Amino acid sequence: MESAAIIDPPMITPVSLPQQQVTSDSGSADVAPERPHAFAVERLSIFYGEKKAIEDVTLTIPSKMITAIIGPSGCGKSTLLRSLNRMHELVPNTRIEGKVLFAGKDIYAPEVDPVVIRRRIGMVFQKSNPFPTMSIAENVLVGLKLNGVRDRAFLRERLEQSLRMAALWDEVKDDLHKPGISLSGGQQQRLCIARAVAVEPEVLLMDEPASALDPIATAKIEELIHELSSNYTVVIVTHNMQQAGRCSDYTAFLYLGRLIEFASTTKIFTNPSERQTEDYITGRFG
Amino acid sequence: MAPPSSFGDKVFKWLTLAMALAVVALVFLVGWQLARGSSLAIRRFGFHFLATSTWDPVAEQFGALPFIYGTAVSSLIALIIAVPLSIATAVYLTELAPPWIRQPIISLIEMLAAIPSVILGLWGIFVMIPWLRDHPFPFLKKIFGWTPFFREPIYGVSMLAGGIIIAVMILPIITSVSREILRSVPNLQREAAYALGATRWEVTRIAVLSYAKKGLFGAVILGLGRALGETMAVTMVIGNTPQIRASLFAPGYTLASVIANEFTEATTDLYLQALFEIGLVLFGITILANLLAQLLLKTLGSTIKSGAVQ
Repeated sequence: MESAAIIDPPMITPVSLPQQQVTSDSGSADVAPERPHAFAVERLSIFYGEKKAIEDVTLTIPSKMITAIIGPSGCGKSTLLRSLNRMHELVPNTRIEGKVLFAGKDIYAPEVDPVVIRRRIGMVFQKSNPFPTMSIAENVLVGLKLNGVRDRAFLRERLEQSLRMAALWDEVKDDLHKPGISLSGGQQQRLCIARAVAVEPEVLLMDEPASALDPIATAKIEELIHELSSNYTVVIVTHNMQQAGRCSDYTAFLYLGRLIEFASTTKIFTNPSERQTEDYITGRFG
Repeated sequence: MAPPSSFGDKVFKWLTLAMALAVVALVFLVGWQLARGSSLAIRRFGFHFLATSTWDPVAEQFGALPFIYGTAVSSLIALIIAVPLSIATAVYLTELAPPWIRQPIISLIEMLAAIPSVILGLWGIFVMIPWLRDHPFPFLKKIFGWTPFFREPIYGVSMLAGGIIIAVMILPIITSVSREILRSVPNLQREAAYALGATRWEVTRIAVLSYAKKGLFGAVILGLGRALGETMAVTMVIGNTPQIRASLFAPGYTLASVIANEFTEATTDLYLQALFEIGLVLFGITILANLLAQLLLKTLGSTIKSGAVQ
Protein backbone atom coordinates (compact mmCIF):
# COMPACT_ATOMS: atom_id res chain seq x y z
CA MET A 1 0.00 0.00 0.00
CA GLU A 2 2.58 2.51 1.18
CA SER A 3 5.11 1.56 -1.44
CA ALA A 4 2.49 1.81 -4.15
CA ALA A 5 1.77 5.28 -2.94
CA ILE A 6 5.34 6.21 -3.59
CA ILE A 7 5.76 4.44 -6.90
CA ASP A 8 2.47 5.19 -8.58
CA PRO A 9 2.17 8.98 -8.72
CA PRO A 10 5.38 9.78 -10.57
CA MET A 11 4.13 7.71 -13.48
CA ILE A 12 1.12 9.87 -13.88
CA THR A 13 2.00 13.26 -12.53
CA PRO A 14 4.44 14.24 -15.26
CA VAL A 15 1.62 14.08 -17.78
CA SER A 16 -0.82 15.93 -15.64
CA LEU A 17 1.58 18.54 -14.33
CA PRO A 18 0.97 21.29 -16.89
CA GLN A 19 -2.75 21.06 -16.37
CA GLN A 20 -2.39 21.05 -12.62
CA GLN A 21 -0.88 24.44 -13.17
CA VAL A 22 -4.06 25.62 -14.85
CA THR A 23 -6.34 24.68 -12.01
CA SER A 24 -4.02 25.58 -9.22
CA ASP A 25 -5.19 29.18 -9.49
CA SER A 26 -8.70 27.97 -8.92
CA GLY A 27 -7.67 26.51 -5.61
CA SER A 28 -7.19 22.80 -6.17
CA ALA A 29 -3.54 22.90 -5.25
CA ASP A 30 -4.08 20.98 -2.06
CA VAL A 31 -5.25 17.78 -3.78
CA ALA A 32 -3.15 15.24 -2.00
CA PRO A 33 -0.69 14.06 -4.64
CA GLU A 34 0.90 11.63 -2.18
CA ARG A 35 -2.01 9.25 -2.80
CA PRO A 36 -2.04 6.95 -5.85
CA HIS A 37 -4.50 8.02 -8.49
CA ALA A 38 -7.31 5.91 -9.78
CA PHE A 39 -8.21 8.41 -12.46
CA ALA A 40 -6.43 11.34 -13.97
CA VAL A 41 -8.86 13.45 -15.96
CA GLU A 42 -7.01 15.76 -18.31
CA ARG A 43 -8.58 18.77 -20.00
CA LEU A 44 -11.76 16.82 -20.55
CA SER A 45 -14.60 18.35 -22.54
CA ILE A 46 -17.76 16.44 -23.39
CA PHE A 47 -20.30 17.39 -26.03
CA TYR A 48 -23.81 16.15 -26.59
CA GLY A 49 -24.28 17.16 -30.20
CA GLU A 50 -23.56 20.88 -30.16
CA LYS A 51 -24.09 21.26 -26.45
CA LYS A 52 -21.04 21.34 -24.25
CA ALA A 53 -21.79 19.45 -21.05
CA ILE A 54 -18.29 19.42 -19.57
CA GLU A 55 -15.70 22.05 -20.28
CA ASP A 56 -11.99 21.60 -19.81
CA VAL A 57 -12.04 19.65 -16.57
CA THR A 58 -8.80 18.47 -15.06
CA LEU A 59 -8.64 16.55 -11.82
CA THR A 60 -7.10 13.47 -10.26
CA ILE A 61 -9.24 11.03 -8.35
CA PRO A 62 -7.39 9.29 -5.54
CA SER A 63 -7.42 5.53 -5.22
CA LYS A 64 -9.37 3.73 -2.46
CA MET A 65 -11.00 6.92 -1.26
CA ILE A 66 -14.37 8.48 -1.67
CA THR A 67 -14.57 11.39 -4.05
CA ALA A 68 -17.81 13.32 -4.23
CA ILE A 69 -18.92 15.40 -7.20
CA ILE A 70 -21.35 18.13 -6.22
CA GLY A 71 -23.04 20.99 -7.99
CA PRO A 72 -26.46 22.28 -8.96
CA SER A 73 -28.72 20.36 -11.35
CA GLY A 74 -27.50 20.34 -14.93
CA CYS A 75 -23.93 21.23 -14.01
CA GLY A 76 -22.62 18.11 -15.71
CA LYS A 77 -21.75 16.08 -12.64
CA SER A 78 -23.52 12.97 -13.89
CA THR A 79 -21.86 13.35 -17.28
CA LEU A 80 -18.45 13.65 -15.67
CA LEU A 81 -19.13 10.53 -13.59
CA ARG A 82 -20.37 8.58 -16.59
CA SER A 83 -17.37 9.60 -18.65
CA LEU A 84 -15.22 7.64 -16.20
CA ASN A 85 -16.52 4.31 -17.52
CA ARG A 86 -17.77 5.55 -20.89
CA MET A 87 -21.40 5.15 -19.93
CA HIS A 88 -22.22 8.58 -21.34
CA GLU A 89 -21.51 7.16 -24.80
CA LEU A 90 -24.84 5.34 -24.68
CA VAL A 91 -26.40 8.68 -25.59
CA PRO A 92 -25.98 9.14 -29.33
CA ASN A 93 -23.84 11.96 -30.74
CA THR A 94 -21.47 12.37 -27.85
CA ARG A 95 -17.96 13.57 -28.43
CA ILE A 96 -15.08 14.11 -26.08
CA GLU A 97 -11.88 16.08 -26.07
CA GLY A 98 -9.07 15.44 -23.63
CA LYS A 99 -8.16 12.31 -21.77
CA VAL A 100 -9.29 10.11 -18.93
CA LEU A 101 -6.42 8.03 -17.62
CA PHE A 102 -7.40 4.99 -15.58
CA ALA A 103 -4.47 3.25 -13.92
CA GLY A 104 -2.27 5.28 -16.23
CA LYS A 105 -3.97 4.32 -19.50
CA ASP A 106 -6.32 6.44 -21.58
CA ILE A 107 -9.69 4.72 -21.56
CA TYR A 108 -10.63 6.62 -24.73
CA ALA A 109 -7.70 5.29 -26.72
CA PRO A 110 -9.01 3.75 -29.97
CA GLU A 111 -7.95 0.22 -29.09
CA VAL A 112 -9.83 0.24 -25.78
CA ASP A 113 -13.13 -1.67 -25.65
CA PRO A 114 -15.67 0.09 -23.41
CA VAL A 115 -17.07 -3.31 -22.39
CA VAL A 116 -13.75 -4.18 -20.76
CA ILE A 117 -13.59 -0.77 -19.07
CA ARG A 118 -17.05 -1.24 -17.59
CA ARG A 119 -16.13 -4.63 -16.20
CA ARG A 120 -13.38 -2.92 -14.22
CA ILE A 121 -15.38 0.15 -13.28
CA GLY A 122 -18.80 -0.68 -11.86
CA MET A 123 -21.73 1.63 -11.47
CA VAL A 124 -24.72 2.13 -9.19
CA PHE A 125 -27.59 4.30 -10.37
CA GLN A 126 -29.93 6.91 -8.99
CA LYS A 127 -32.90 4.57 -9.12
CA SER A 128 -32.40 0.99 -8.13
CA ASN A 129 -32.62 -1.19 -11.21
CA PRO A 130 -32.54 -4.88 -10.40
CA PHE A 131 -33.52 -7.11 -13.31
CA PRO A 132 -37.19 -7.82 -12.66
CA THR A 133 -37.24 -11.32 -14.12
CA MET A 134 -34.31 -12.46 -11.98
CA SER A 135 -34.18 -13.65 -8.40
CA ILE A 136 -32.03 -11.98 -5.78
CA ALA A 137 -29.28 -14.53 -6.33
CA GLU A 138 -29.46 -14.26 -10.12
CA ASN A 139 -29.29 -10.50 -9.90
CA VAL A 140 -26.10 -10.61 -7.87
CA LEU A 141 -24.46 -13.23 -10.06
CA VAL A 142 -25.52 -12.00 -13.49
CA GLY A 143 -22.25 -10.14 -14.06
CA LEU A 144 -20.15 -13.20 -13.23
CA LYS A 145 -22.28 -15.37 -15.47
CA LEU A 146 -21.75 -12.88 -18.29
CA ASN A 147 -18.06 -13.40 -17.73
CA GLY A 148 -18.54 -17.11 -18.20
CA VAL A 149 -18.13 -18.20 -14.57
CA ARG A 150 -19.95 -21.54 -14.11
CA ASP A 151 -18.30 -22.99 -11.01
CA ARG A 152 -21.21 -23.42 -8.60
CA ALA A 153 -19.23 -23.45 -5.40
CA PHE A 154 -17.47 -20.29 -6.43
CA LEU A 155 -20.71 -18.57 -7.43
CA ARG A 156 -22.32 -19.56 -4.14
CA GLU A 157 -19.38 -18.16 -2.20
CA ARG A 158 -19.31 -14.95 -4.20
CA LEU A 159 -23.05 -14.54 -3.75
CA GLU A 160 -22.75 -14.51 0.02
CA GLN A 161 -19.62 -12.41 -0.03
CA SER A 162 -21.18 -9.76 -2.29
CA LEU A 163 -24.40 -9.61 -0.33
CA ARG A 164 -22.45 -9.29 2.90
CA MET A 165 -20.40 -6.51 1.39
CA ALA A 166 -23.61 -4.74 0.49
CA ALA A 167 -24.89 -5.29 4.06
CA LEU A 168 -27.85 -7.22 2.71
CA TRP A 169 -26.99 -10.84 3.47
CA ASP A 170 -28.74 -11.10 6.83
CA GLU A 171 -31.93 -9.67 5.43
CA VAL A 172 -32.20 -11.87 2.35
CA LYS A 173 -30.26 -15.07 3.06
CA ASP A 174 -33.47 -17.12 3.31
CA ASP A 175 -35.09 -15.53 0.27
CA LEU A 176 -32.38 -15.76 -2.33
CA HIS A 177 -34.72 -17.28 -4.90
CA LYS A 178 -37.29 -14.49 -4.55
CA PRO A 179 -37.49 -11.84 -7.25
CA GLY A 180 -35.08 -8.96 -6.77
CA ILE A 181 -37.90 -6.48 -7.12
CA SER A 182 -39.76 -7.97 -4.16
CA LEU A 183 -37.35 -6.09 -1.89
CA SER A 184 -37.90 -2.60 -0.47
CA GLY A 185 -36.40 0.41 -2.22
CA GLY A 186 -33.36 0.62 0.06
CA GLN A 187 -32.77 -3.12 -0.14
CA GLN A 188 -33.05 -3.01 -3.93
CA GLN A 189 -30.37 -0.34 -4.04
CA ARG A 190 -28.11 -2.46 -1.85
CA LEU A 191 -28.86 -5.41 -4.12
CA CYS A 192 -27.63 -3.28 -7.02
CA ILE A 193 -24.48 -2.52 -5.05
CA ALA A 194 -24.02 -6.25 -4.42
CA ARG A 195 -24.49 -6.86 -8.13
CA ALA A 196 -21.86 -4.25 -8.92
CA VAL A 197 -19.27 -5.55 -6.44
CA ALA A 198 -19.81 -9.22 -7.36
CA VAL A 199 -17.67 -8.81 -10.48
CA GLU A 200 -14.90 -7.32 -8.31
CA PRO A 201 -14.45 -4.04 -10.10
CA GLU A 202 -11.66 -1.69 -9.14
CA VAL A 203 -13.87 1.36 -8.95
CA LEU A 204 -17.50 1.97 -8.03
CA LEU A 205 -19.22 4.94 -9.61
CA MET A 206 -22.38 6.01 -7.85
CA ASP A 207 -24.86 8.36 -9.43
CA GLU A 208 -26.92 9.83 -6.57
CA PRO A 209 -27.36 6.36 -5.08
CA ALA A 210 -29.55 7.51 -2.20
CA SER A 211 -31.62 10.25 -3.76
CA ALA A 212 -34.72 8.05 -4.10
CA LEU A 213 -34.50 6.63 -0.58
CA ASP A 214 -35.87 7.58 2.82
CA PRO A 215 -33.46 8.87 5.51
CA ILE A 216 -32.97 5.51 7.22
CA ALA A 217 -32.18 3.69 3.99
CA THR A 218 -29.96 6.62 3.02
CA ALA A 219 -27.98 6.32 6.25
CA LYS A 220 -27.45 2.61 5.54
CA ILE A 221 -26.19 3.32 2.04
CA GLU A 222 -23.84 6.01 3.31
CA GLU A 223 -22.43 3.68 5.92
CA LEU A 224 -22.00 1.08 3.24
CA ILE A 225 -20.18 3.50 0.94
CA HIS A 226 -17.82 4.27 3.76
CA GLU A 227 -17.06 0.58 4.28
CA LEU A 228 -16.65 -0.03 0.57
CA SER A 229 -13.97 2.61 0.32
CA SER A 230 -11.48 0.36 2.12
CA ASN A 231 -11.57 -1.94 -0.93
CA TYR A 232 -12.71 0.28 -3.74
CA THR A 233 -12.20 3.67 -5.20
CA VAL A 234 -15.61 5.28 -4.92
CA VAL A 235 -16.78 8.26 -6.94
CA ILE A 236 -20.18 9.52 -5.93
CA VAL A 237 -22.36 12.18 -7.48
CA THR A 238 -24.76 13.84 -5.11
CA HIS A 239 -26.88 16.95 -5.02
CA ASN A 240 -27.10 16.54 -1.28
CA MET A 241 -24.29 18.58 0.21
CA GLN A 242 -24.65 17.11 3.67
CA GLN A 243 -24.16 13.72 2.11
CA ALA A 244 -20.98 14.83 0.37
CA GLY A 245 -19.79 16.34 3.63
CA ARG A 246 -20.61 13.23 5.63
CA CYS A 247 -19.21 10.52 3.50
CA SER A 248 -16.47 11.73 1.16
CA ASP A 249 -12.76 12.34 1.46
CA TYR A 250 -12.49 14.64 -1.54
CA THR A 251 -15.04 16.89 -3.15
CA ALA A 252 -15.22 18.36 -6.62
CA PHE A 253 -17.55 21.28 -7.15
CA LEU A 254 -18.89 21.61 -10.68
CA TYR A 255 -20.80 24.56 -12.03
CA LEU A 256 -22.06 24.97 -15.60
CA GLY A 257 -19.82 22.18 -16.82
CA ARG A 258 -16.67 23.64 -15.32
CA LEU A 259 -14.68 22.41 -12.37
CA ILE A 260 -14.74 25.28 -9.94
CA GLU A 261 -12.87 23.67 -7.12
CA PHE A 262 -11.45 20.30 -6.15
CA ALA A 263 -10.01 19.74 -2.70
CA SER A 264 -10.33 17.68 0.42
CA THR A 265 -13.91 17.63 1.62
CA THR A 266 -12.90 19.33 4.87
CA LYS A 267 -11.40 22.23 2.96
CA ILE A 268 -14.33 22.58 0.58
CA PHE A 269 -16.80 22.72 3.42
CA THR A 270 -14.83 24.83 5.88
CA ASN A 271 -12.50 27.00 3.89
CA PRO A 272 -13.21 26.95 0.16
CA SER A 273 -10.86 28.96 -2.02
CA GLU A 274 -13.51 30.01 -4.51
CA ARG A 275 -16.30 32.46 -3.93
CA GLN A 276 -18.70 30.35 -6.04
CA THR A 277 -18.00 27.26 -3.97
CA GLU A 278 -18.71 29.14 -0.80
CA ASP A 279 -21.95 30.54 -2.21
CA TYR A 280 -23.10 27.08 -3.21
CA ILE A 281 -22.08 25.42 0.06
CA THR A 282 -23.85 28.05 2.11
CA GLY A 283 -26.95 27.71 0.01
CA ARG A 284 -26.91 31.05 -1.71
CA PHE A 285 -27.70 29.40 -5.05
CA GLY A 286 -28.31 26.02 -6.59
CA MET B 1 -73.91 21.71 -1.42
CA ALA B 2 -72.82 19.35 -4.11
CA PRO B 3 -69.77 20.51 -6.03
CA PRO B 4 -70.67 21.71 -9.52
CA SER B 5 -68.72 18.97 -11.22
CA SER B 6 -70.57 16.01 -9.71
CA PHE B 7 -73.29 15.87 -12.36
CA GLY B 8 -70.74 15.94 -15.14
CA ASP B 9 -68.76 13.20 -13.42
CA LYS B 10 -71.83 11.01 -13.25
CA VAL B 11 -72.66 11.48 -16.89
CA PHE B 12 -69.06 10.79 -17.78
CA LYS B 13 -68.99 7.63 -15.71
CA TRP B 14 -72.24 6.20 -17.12
CA LEU B 15 -71.39 7.18 -20.65
CA THR B 16 -68.03 5.46 -20.60
CA LEU B 17 -69.57 2.44 -18.89
CA ALA B 18 -72.20 2.23 -21.62
CA MET B 19 -69.52 2.41 -24.29
CA ALA B 20 -67.49 -0.32 -22.62
CA LEU B 21 -70.56 -2.53 -22.28
CA ALA B 22 -71.49 -1.89 -25.91
CA VAL B 23 -68.23 -3.50 -27.01
CA VAL B 24 -68.92 -6.57 -24.90
CA ALA B 25 -72.49 -6.68 -26.13
CA LEU B 26 -71.30 -6.52 -29.71
CA VAL B 27 -69.14 -9.60 -29.24
CA PHE B 28 -72.02 -11.54 -27.77
CA LEU B 29 -74.36 -10.30 -30.47
CA VAL B 30 -72.06 -11.51 -33.22
CA GLY B 31 -71.71 -14.89 -31.53
CA TRP B 32 -75.46 -15.18 -31.04
CA GLN B 33 -76.24 -14.21 -34.62
CA LEU B 34 -73.77 -16.75 -35.94
CA ALA B 35 -75.24 -19.45 -33.72
CA ARG B 36 -78.77 -18.55 -34.77
CA GLY B 37 -77.84 -18.51 -38.44
CA SER B 38 -76.41 -21.98 -38.17
CA SER B 39 -78.93 -23.61 -35.86
CA LEU B 40 -80.23 -25.95 -38.55
CA ALA B 41 -76.77 -27.22 -39.39
CA ILE B 42 -75.85 -27.56 -35.74
CA ARG B 43 -78.93 -29.69 -35.12
CA ARG B 44 -78.37 -31.76 -38.23
CA PHE B 45 -74.67 -32.55 -37.87
CA GLY B 46 -73.96 -31.90 -34.22
CA PHE B 47 -70.41 -32.67 -33.21
CA HIS B 48 -69.76 -34.44 -36.53
CA PHE B 49 -69.49 -31.05 -38.17
CA LEU B 50 -66.23 -30.48 -36.35
CA ALA B 51 -64.93 -34.02 -36.67
CA THR B 52 -65.59 -35.07 -40.27
CA SER B 53 -63.77 -34.17 -43.44
CA THR B 54 -66.33 -34.48 -46.21
CA TRP B 55 -67.40 -31.18 -47.72
CA ASP B 56 -69.90 -32.03 -50.41
CA PRO B 57 -72.60 -29.39 -50.94
CA VAL B 58 -74.37 -31.48 -53.59
CA ALA B 59 -74.82 -34.42 -51.25
CA GLU B 60 -75.41 -31.98 -48.39
CA GLN B 61 -72.56 -33.44 -46.39
CA PHE B 62 -70.66 -30.84 -44.42
CA GLY B 63 -67.62 -31.50 -42.27
CA ALA B 64 -65.39 -28.60 -41.21
CA LEU B 65 -62.27 -30.47 -40.11
CA PRO B 66 -60.15 -29.71 -43.23
CA PHE B 67 -60.87 -26.00 -42.78
CA ILE B 68 -60.06 -26.03 -39.09
CA TYR B 69 -56.87 -27.90 -39.91
CA GLY B 70 -56.03 -25.48 -42.71
CA THR B 71 -56.58 -22.42 -40.54
CA ALA B 72 -54.51 -23.87 -37.71
CA VAL B 73 -51.62 -25.04 -39.87
CA SER B 74 -51.41 -21.95 -42.08
CA SER B 75 -51.47 -19.71 -39.00
CA LEU B 76 -48.80 -21.81 -37.33
CA ILE B 77 -46.56 -21.59 -40.40
CA ALA B 78 -47.15 -17.85 -40.48
CA LEU B 79 -46.14 -17.49 -36.83
CA ILE B 80 -43.06 -19.66 -37.24
CA ILE B 81 -41.90 -17.43 -40.07
CA ALA B 82 -43.10 -14.04 -38.87
CA VAL B 83 -42.30 -14.10 -35.15
CA PRO B 84 -38.52 -14.45 -35.32
CA LEU B 85 -38.38 -12.00 -38.22
CA SER B 86 -40.57 -9.39 -36.55
CA ILE B 87 -38.90 -9.57 -33.17
CA ALA B 88 -35.44 -9.48 -34.70
CA THR B 89 -36.49 -6.45 -36.75
CA ALA B 90 -37.90 -4.75 -33.66
CA VAL B 91 -34.71 -5.47 -31.71
CA TYR B 92 -32.61 -4.09 -34.55
CA LEU B 93 -34.74 -0.96 -34.77
CA THR B 94 -34.78 -0.18 -31.06
CA GLU B 95 -31.37 -1.40 -29.95
CA LEU B 96 -28.96 -1.23 -32.85
CA ALA B 97 -30.06 0.79 -35.86
CA PRO B 98 -28.57 4.25 -36.30
CA PRO B 99 -31.32 6.91 -36.54
CA TRP B 100 -30.86 7.56 -40.27
CA ILE B 101 -31.70 3.98 -41.14
CA ARG B 102 -34.37 3.52 -38.49
CA GLN B 103 -37.02 5.84 -39.87
CA PRO B 104 -36.93 4.54 -43.45
CA ILE B 105 -37.33 0.96 -42.24
CA ILE B 106 -40.22 1.88 -39.97
CA SER B 107 -41.97 3.68 -42.84
CA LEU B 108 -41.47 0.72 -45.15
CA ILE B 109 -42.93 -1.68 -42.62
CA GLU B 110 -45.91 0.58 -42.14
CA MET B 111 -46.37 0.69 -45.90
CA LEU B 112 -46.38 -3.09 -45.98
CA ALA B 113 -49.30 -3.00 -43.55
CA ALA B 114 -51.14 -0.60 -45.83
CA ILE B 115 -51.07 -2.85 -48.92
CA PRO B 116 -54.60 -4.16 -49.58
CA SER B 117 -54.65 -7.89 -49.08
CA VAL B 118 -56.07 -8.55 -52.53
CA ILE B 119 -53.02 -6.86 -54.05
CA LEU B 120 -50.79 -8.98 -51.89
CA GLY B 121 -52.74 -12.01 -53.12
CA LEU B 122 -52.16 -11.01 -56.75
CA TRP B 123 -48.49 -10.61 -56.04
CA GLY B 124 -48.65 -14.03 -54.40
CA ILE B 125 -50.14 -15.65 -57.47
CA PHE B 126 -47.97 -14.02 -60.10
CA VAL B 127 -44.67 -13.51 -58.36
CA MET B 128 -44.35 -15.43 -55.13
CA ILE B 129 -45.81 -18.76 -56.19
CA PRO B 130 -43.81 -19.17 -59.43
CA TRP B 131 -40.68 -18.27 -57.53
CA LEU B 132 -41.45 -20.62 -54.63
CA ARG B 133 -42.21 -23.38 -57.10
CA ASP B 134 -38.94 -22.97 -58.94
CA HIS B 135 -36.48 -22.34 -56.14
CA PRO B 136 -37.26 -22.74 -52.41
CA PHE B 137 -39.76 -25.60 -52.71
CA PRO B 138 -37.51 -27.99 -54.69
CA PHE B 139 -34.71 -27.07 -52.32
CA LEU B 140 -36.86 -27.90 -49.28
CA LYS B 141 -37.90 -31.13 -50.93
CA LYS B 142 -34.31 -32.09 -51.52
CA ILE B 143 -33.25 -31.43 -47.94
CA PHE B 144 -36.37 -32.41 -45.99
CA GLY B 145 -38.01 -34.74 -48.51
CA TRP B 146 -37.62 -37.64 -46.09
CA THR B 147 -40.16 -36.06 -43.70
CA PRO B 148 -43.88 -36.31 -44.51
CA PHE B 149 -44.14 -32.49 -44.58
CA PHE B 150 -42.20 -31.94 -47.79
CA ARG B 151 -42.85 -35.10 -49.70
CA GLU B 152 -45.67 -34.69 -52.22
CA PRO B 153 -45.60 -33.11 -55.70
CA ILE B 154 -45.13 -29.37 -55.87
CA TYR B 155 -48.01 -27.43 -57.42
CA GLY B 156 -47.14 -24.01 -56.12
CA VAL B 157 -50.47 -23.20 -54.55
CA SER B 158 -50.19 -24.89 -51.18
CA MET B 159 -50.57 -24.70 -47.44
CA LEU B 160 -46.99 -23.47 -47.23
CA ALA B 161 -47.64 -20.66 -49.73
CA GLY B 162 -50.71 -19.69 -47.69
CA GLY B 163 -48.67 -19.64 -44.50
CA ILE B 164 -45.99 -17.51 -46.13
CA ILE B 165 -48.45 -14.94 -47.41
CA ILE B 166 -50.06 -14.73 -43.95
CA ALA B 167 -46.60 -14.26 -42.49
CA VAL B 168 -46.07 -11.27 -44.78
CA MET B 169 -49.40 -9.86 -43.65
CA ILE B 170 -48.86 -10.21 -39.91
CA LEU B 171 -45.23 -9.14 -39.97
CA PRO B 172 -45.96 -5.39 -39.72
CA ILE B 173 -48.31 -5.67 -36.76
CA ILE B 174 -46.01 -7.92 -34.74
CA THR B 175 -43.02 -5.74 -35.59
CA SER B 176 -44.60 -2.45 -34.65
CA VAL B 177 -46.17 -3.75 -31.44
CA SER B 178 -42.88 -5.42 -30.47
CA ARG B 179 -41.05 -2.20 -31.22
CA GLU B 180 -43.33 -0.26 -28.90
CA ILE B 181 -42.85 -2.89 -26.20
CA LEU B 182 -39.06 -2.78 -26.52
CA ARG B 183 -39.09 0.99 -26.51
CA SER B 184 -40.97 0.90 -23.23
CA VAL B 185 -38.15 -1.01 -21.53
CA PRO B 186 -36.62 1.59 -19.20
CA ASN B 187 -33.17 2.77 -20.19
CA LEU B 188 -32.14 2.17 -16.62
CA GLN B 189 -32.42 -1.55 -17.30
CA ARG B 190 -30.06 -1.31 -20.23
CA GLU B 191 -27.65 0.81 -18.24
CA ALA B 192 -27.64 -1.75 -15.44
CA ALA B 193 -26.45 -4.37 -17.89
CA TYR B 194 -23.97 -2.09 -19.65
CA ALA B 195 -22.47 -1.14 -16.29
CA LEU B 196 -21.71 -4.80 -15.63
CA GLY B 197 -19.65 -4.88 -18.80
CA ALA B 198 -22.27 -6.52 -20.97
CA THR B 199 -21.94 -6.46 -24.73
CA ARG B 200 -24.82 -5.24 -26.87
CA TRP B 201 -26.16 -8.72 -27.38
CA GLU B 202 -25.92 -9.47 -23.66
CA VAL B 203 -27.70 -6.22 -22.83
CA THR B 204 -30.46 -7.13 -25.27
CA ARG B 205 -30.77 -10.59 -23.80
CA ILE B 206 -30.64 -9.96 -20.07
CA ALA B 207 -32.03 -6.45 -19.82
CA VAL B 208 -34.33 -5.95 -22.79
CA LEU B 209 -35.82 -9.23 -24.00
CA SER B 210 -36.35 -10.79 -20.60
CA TYR B 211 -37.94 -7.59 -19.35
CA ALA B 212 -40.22 -7.42 -22.37
CA LYS B 213 -41.08 -11.09 -22.86
CA LYS B 214 -44.63 -10.77 -21.59
CA GLY B 215 -45.35 -7.88 -23.88
CA LEU B 216 -43.72 -9.64 -26.82
CA PHE B 217 -45.92 -12.63 -26.19
CA GLY B 218 -48.89 -10.29 -26.40
CA ALA B 219 -47.61 -9.00 -29.73
CA VAL B 220 -47.41 -12.56 -31.04
CA ILE B 221 -50.97 -13.26 -29.94
CA LEU B 222 -52.15 -10.15 -31.71
CA GLY B 223 -50.45 -11.50 -34.82
CA LEU B 224 -52.10 -14.88 -34.32
CA GLY B 225 -55.50 -13.21 -34.14
CA ARG B 226 -54.83 -11.61 -37.50
CA ALA B 227 -53.49 -14.83 -38.97
CA LEU B 228 -56.54 -16.88 -38.03
CA GLY B 229 -58.94 -14.48 -39.69
CA GLU B 230 -56.84 -13.53 -42.72
CA THR B 231 -58.96 -14.17 -45.82
CA MET B 232 -58.34 -12.64 -49.20
CA ALA B 233 -54.66 -13.18 -49.86
CA VAL B 234 -54.71 -16.70 -48.42
CA THR B 235 -57.68 -17.66 -50.54
CA MET B 236 -55.70 -16.67 -53.60
CA VAL B 237 -52.65 -18.84 -52.90
CA ILE B 238 -53.65 -21.75 -50.67
CA GLY B 239 -55.31 -23.85 -53.39
CA ASN B 240 -58.78 -24.12 -51.83
CA THR B 241 -59.00 -27.88 -51.56
CA PRO B 242 -60.73 -29.23 -48.47
CA GLN B 243 -58.32 -31.99 -47.50
CA ILE B 244 -56.03 -32.89 -44.66
CA ARG B 245 -52.56 -33.72 -45.88
CA ALA B 246 -49.33 -33.85 -43.95
CA SER B 247 -47.42 -32.38 -46.88
CA LEU B 248 -47.17 -28.60 -46.78
CA PHE B 249 -46.83 -28.65 -50.59
CA ALA B 250 -50.41 -29.91 -50.87
CA PRO B 251 -53.23 -27.40 -51.34
CA GLY B 252 -55.41 -26.64 -48.35
CA TYR B 253 -58.35 -24.53 -47.35
CA THR B 254 -59.09 -22.26 -44.41
CA LEU B 255 -62.27 -21.38 -42.53
CA ALA B 256 -62.17 -17.79 -43.70
CA SER B 257 -61.46 -18.77 -47.30
CA VAL B 258 -64.36 -21.16 -47.62
CA ILE B 259 -66.80 -18.54 -46.39
CA ALA B 260 -65.49 -15.97 -48.84
CA ASN B 261 -65.45 -18.42 -51.74
CA GLU B 262 -68.75 -20.19 -51.31
CA PHE B 263 -71.09 -17.67 -49.76
CA THR B 264 -72.50 -16.56 -53.09
CA GLU B 265 -72.97 -20.14 -54.26
CA ALA B 266 -74.81 -21.32 -51.18
CA THR B 267 -78.12 -22.03 -52.78
CA THR B 268 -79.68 -24.33 -50.21
CA ASP B 269 -80.56 -23.42 -46.66
CA LEU B 270 -78.39 -26.12 -45.20
CA TYR B 271 -75.39 -25.05 -47.26
CA LEU B 272 -75.77 -21.47 -46.06
CA GLN B 273 -76.23 -22.65 -42.51
CA ALA B 274 -73.09 -24.77 -42.76
CA LEU B 275 -71.14 -21.72 -43.86
CA PHE B 276 -72.60 -19.80 -40.92
CA GLU B 277 -71.41 -22.55 -38.66
CA ILE B 278 -67.94 -22.30 -40.20
CA GLY B 279 -68.06 -18.64 -39.21
CA LEU B 280 -69.11 -19.60 -35.71
CA VAL B 281 -66.18 -22.01 -35.45
CA LEU B 282 -63.74 -19.35 -36.63
CA PHE B 283 -65.22 -16.91 -34.15
CA GLY B 284 -64.89 -19.50 -31.40
CA ILE B 285 -61.29 -20.37 -32.29
CA THR B 286 -60.25 -16.73 -32.32
CA ILE B 287 -61.81 -16.09 -28.93
CA LEU B 288 -60.40 -19.32 -27.54
CA ALA B 289 -56.90 -18.44 -28.75
CA ASN B 290 -57.12 -15.09 -27.04
CA LEU B 291 -58.46 -16.54 -23.80
CA LEU B 292 -55.75 -19.15 -23.78
CA ALA B 293 -53.14 -16.51 -24.38
CA GLN B 294 -54.41 -14.43 -21.50
CA LEU B 295 -54.39 -17.45 -19.23
CA LEU B 296 -50.86 -18.25 -20.28
CA LEU B 297 -49.86 -14.65 -19.76
CA LYS B 298 -51.26 -14.76 -16.24
CA THR B 299 -49.35 -17.87 -15.25
CA LEU B 300 -46.25 -16.58 -16.99
CA GLY B 301 -46.73 -13.26 -15.23
CA SER B 302 -47.26 -14.70 -11.76
CA THR B 303 -43.89 -16.40 -11.80
CA ILE B 304 -42.29 -13.07 -12.48
CA LYS B 305 -44.59 -10.87 -10.54
CA SER B 306 -45.14 -12.56 -7.19
CA GLY B 307 -44.85 -9.30 -5.34
CA ALA B 308 -43.28 -7.42 -8.17
CA VAL B 309 -45.66 -4.52 -8.19
CA GLN B 310 -44.59 -2.45 -5.24
